[in-house]
Amino acid sequence: MKSLIKDDEIARQFPILKEPIHQNKRLVYLDSAATAQKPLAVIQSMNAFYEHTNANIHRGIHALAEAATEAYEIARAKTAAFIGVSDARQIIFTRNTSESINLIAYTWGREYLKKGDLIVLTEMEHHSNLVPWYMLAEEKELSIEFVHVNDDGTLDMQHYHDLLQRKPKLVSFTHMSNVLGTINTAKEMTRDAHTAGAVVVIDGAQAVPHFSVDLTDLAPDFYAFSGHKMCSPTGIGVLYGKMDLLNAMPPFMGGGDMIKKVTFEGFSTNDVPYKFEAGTPAIAEGIGLGAAVDYLESIGMDAIFAHEKELTQYAFDVLADVKGLQIIGPSAGERGGVVSFTLEGIHPHDVAQILDSEGIAVRAGHHCAMPLHQRFNIPATTRASLYLYNTKADLDALRLGLDKVIDIFA
Amino acid sequence: MDDFYREIILDHYKNPIYKGKLESSDYEFEDENPLCGDFLHIELKTDDKGIITDARFDGHGCAISMASADMLLETLIGKSVEDVKQLSKQDILDLLGIELSPVRLKCALLSLKVAKAAAYELEEAHDDLVE
Repeated sequence: MKSLIKDDEIARQFPILKEPIHQNKRLVYLDSAATAQKPLAVIQSMNAFYEHTNANIHRGIHALAEAATEAYEIARAKTAAFIGVSDARQIIFTRNTSESINLIAYTWGREYLKKGDLIVLTEMEHHSNLVPWYMLAEEKELSIEFVHVNDDGTLDMQHYHDLLQRKPKLVSFTHMSNVLGTINTAKEMTRDAHTAGAVVVIDGAQAVPHFSVDLTDLAPDFYAFSGHKMCSPTGIGVLYGKMDLLNAMPPFMGGGDMIKKVTFEGFSTNDVPYKFEAGTPAIAEGIGLGAAVDYLESIGMDAIFAHEKELTQYAFDVLADVKGLQIIGPSAGERGGVVSFTLEGIHPHDVAQILDSEGIAVRAGHHCAMPLHQRFNIPATTRASLYLYNTKADLDALRLGLDKVIDIFA
Repeated sequence: MDDFYREIILDHYKNPIYKGKLESSDYEFEDENPLCGDFLHIELKTDDKGIITDARFDGHGCAISMASADMLLETLIGKSVEDVKQLSKQDILDLLGIELSPVRLKCALLSLKVAKAAAYELEEAHDDLVE
């Protein structure tokens, strides 16, 4: 795949990437799997909302309230179209992936799972797709099994199918690993889980920002992701759900907007999606998400993915002969733009600290995936993660930085 | 940066004097820094007057956490268990002699937290120990 994105033409659209760091160093941002930087267009969309349109939504009948409501609902429609969903009511706005998954656990999970039911997760999940299920399992006395991860960082599909034989009620897995970069075969996994009778949740936090995701094609029951990893503001996330499930589920939090009618005797719930959106939401952030969708579409998700694939291969090339460096996970061709590695005898914190002194931002630690690190028997890794604004020069800088790390610890 | 990874810190990290296990100990404790997965176990051996005669640490972590453990134990030999209880954050910073960001401060203070929890014979360590 040949990238259509040229050198630093994208980076110039991100104000923060033009700011020097540590006085005079060029910022080399390799931590987009944690959160992405924001292009000027997204920042301006939020400023414009506050300067010209700010009002609460779904209630007032004055001009600003109507304009704000329209802008927020347009953002919902754009987000739906972006992931191949024709009915925007299936897009519930949350704060982030974690909240989206918690929403499923608290509403669908509490209503439909009962003692002894089995949940299937995988060993490569991050904490967002583990802890809500642990909490639910404790409350409802459920059991949880984890699909094994092979040494090459892919899922053990034989084990997955063995677990499906046990008729789990719920299967939840990540579309792309935030540590290994592995892109799972989400469509086939969903199909097979459905055949086994399970409801399927996909955690798309690392997928939607980086490649084209079509939920009509994948056909999961629920799909969760965050705005902030896809150039949008923090504080806005998405839960997609199948309409019949969303209609049947009890509400999540109680408050304004999620009700149709409230009396001294009780309340009746609003329609989907508002049923799940209590209180004043993150309006400006939702509009910022819409702007991020516009921005990513203007470049094209296929072009972004091709660019990241090219850079991932380049990262493998420049890291290949670094002494004592071990990349975990699959080959460059089988993963997205996430490269986690260990350096023999040097702790990731020390690696990250020295890289930081060179203006290079990476993540060090367990990346909110402690069990996966246990699986590979390593306490922590250093992770360089890529996005559309990164360049080969960024990876050359990473290489030089690692040479310095090794030099200091030699 | 070259200040941060001072020669003395790298030396204690690469060639620790007190890393290992004692045959028997009178005080011991272990804890981890959940943020980064650093793990530290400390053992202290005392005589009948409560004076520390030997000490060891074991675990894994960054240069700052491991060097600080080694440097701390070096200063504890000959001190009393009561002295360990009196140690403060500043004592560790003085030992390391570097400026630390809030995140790296946790790495540096893990050794203090574990040593004090051992001295107090606590079941569970808490952050007040390293104020």
